[in-house]
Amino acid sequence: MIETDIIIIGAGPVGLFTVFEAGLLKLRCHLIDGLPQPGGQCAEIYPKKPIYDIPGIPEILAGDLVDDLMKQIAPFKPGFTLGDPAIEIQETENNHYIVTTKSGIKHKARNIAIAGGLGVFVPRKPPVPDLKKYEGKGVEYMIKDPEIYRGKNIVISGGGDSALDWAHFLADGVANQVTLIHRSQSFRAHPDSVQKAMNMASEGKLKLLLDAEVKAINGNDHLSEIKIKSKTEGEITVTADNWLPLFGLTPKLGPIANWGLKIEKNAIQVDNATDYSTNREGIYAIGDVNTYPGKLKLILCGFHEATIMVQSAFKRIYPDKKNVLKYTTVNGVNGFD
Amino acid sequence: METIINITVVDREGTEHKLEAPTDMNMNMMELCKSYELPVAGTCGGMAMCASCQIYVLTNHVPLIRSEDEQAMLDEAWHVEDNSRLGCQIQLTKKLDGLKVELAPYVEEESDDDW
Ligand SMILES: Cc1cc2nc3c(=O)[nH]c(=O)nc-3n(C[C@H](O)[C@H](O)[C@H](O)COP(=O)(O)OP(=O)(O)OC[C@H]3O[C@@H](n4cnc5c(N)ncnc54)[C@H](O)[C@@H]3O)c2cc1C
Ligand code: FES
Repeated sequence: MIETDIIIIGAGPVGLFTVFEAGLLKLRCHLIDGLPQPGGQCAEIYPKKPIYDIPGIPEILAGDLVDDLMKQIAPFKPGFTLGDPAIEIQETENNHYIVTTKSGIKHKARNIAIAGGLGVFVPRKPPVPDLKKYEGKGVEYMIKDPEIYRGKNIVISGGGDSALDWAHFLADGVANQVTLIHRSQSFRAHPDSVQKAMNMASEGKLKLLLDAEVKAINGNDHLSEIKIKSKTEGEITVTADNWLPLFGLTPKLGPIANWGLKIEKNAIQVDNATDYSTNREGIYAIGDVNTYPGKLKLILCGFHEATIMVQSAFKRIYPDKKNVLKYTTVNGVNGFD
Repeated sequence: METIINITVVDREGTEHKLEAPTDMNMNMMELCKSYELPVAGTCGGMAMCASCQIYVLTNHVPLIRSEDEQAMLDEAWHVEDNSRLGCQIQLTKKLDGLKVELAPYVEEESDDDW
């Protein structure tokens, strides 16, 4: 059991900055995120795009903002559970909460800050009949261990970097055969990556089926064949041990909806007049995941919400302790040992 | 000078919404739908990178020519028809007065409760 003062669900910019403001009050934090890397939307959707409305910073790449936040919070030694979404919240008898992740890791604290943004990132799934039936039985949306594809016949769909990168990797001596299917002749992926795929195709290492789309998947207990519709060749059937539809991720509110919180338009209602608390005492919601009259989904608004919220969390943990606002200029940043 | 135009959006239930759209606020179709709280996610903020703003153009107001990025995204989207466009790539201008569009099905429709 991981124990801390504040469990932060969501390691986006707002969750990260919460660690800093909590640290100034000597509160410790542990961050949980379903994504394997911190940074939320900034890291997952637009790491290479500039942001112009962080006060005092005229321009910064979203990825660099995340790096800087990680630097800023390092003195407060936050814990991380990454690549593992928070699924369940339980209340204990003595007013603590236990947050359990998908893999079963348990975290205990007096306070929870939900900084879940737009929710967990789930794979975009193509509308192919019987898809669900073959999930985990040949159909996979994320590649965790490429070794399981050794010697297998693999079909990959998609035109972005992830589809192409995995096609290169698996076609280079791992899988028996790799077929890359894309609905067009052109790709969204980086031009170098596309060129590499073309080269591999002409060397016979990779089979490219362009202007084509998967229409059906079949098998008994496990996927065994894929029916493809091609603009030029008509219907084609390919034998396959695995189909990897790699169309990127899309956010979905997900488990947050099951935690007994008041939800309005896919966001958690909070009390913005006081401390961004939800209808459950000790559970706060900050950043893109919350809603109140006049809410704006901006990083700077989330930072403000985090700062106010940790004051309330402090009072819940130390109801009788005096606490006064201190300037970092005067006091510096006194991290944890 | 009149800056408001009229646009009709048919939602996924088939209900028609008559929207008054400003042409002087640097807005696109995805943003217009969001400003009226129609169910359009606009996850990528309008970078032609998510297809959550896909619409079908029902009148002749908008050329059905797509930019390269837009086409590339639609090549990885579902339920794409000849009259599909990404709403975020259609800037609101006076020429669009009377435009009628329909929202394409949800992107995440098939992405179930599997997290
Ligand atoms: C293209 C684009 C451009 C933008 N430009 C700007 C800009 O210029 N200025 C600006 O201020 N804002 C901008 N934004 C918005 C800004 O990115 C968001 O306001 C900000 O990311 C919100 O931060 P957050 O920490 O609240 O949530 P997010 O960044 O969404 O992070 C939430 C995290 O929570 C995780 N999560 C959710 N549910 C769970 C769960 N159950 N268990 C574990 N983890 C979970 C998610 O995986 C995610 O990593 C932009 C957004 C986009 C998409
Ligand atoms: S908003 Fe993402 S493609 Fe239009």
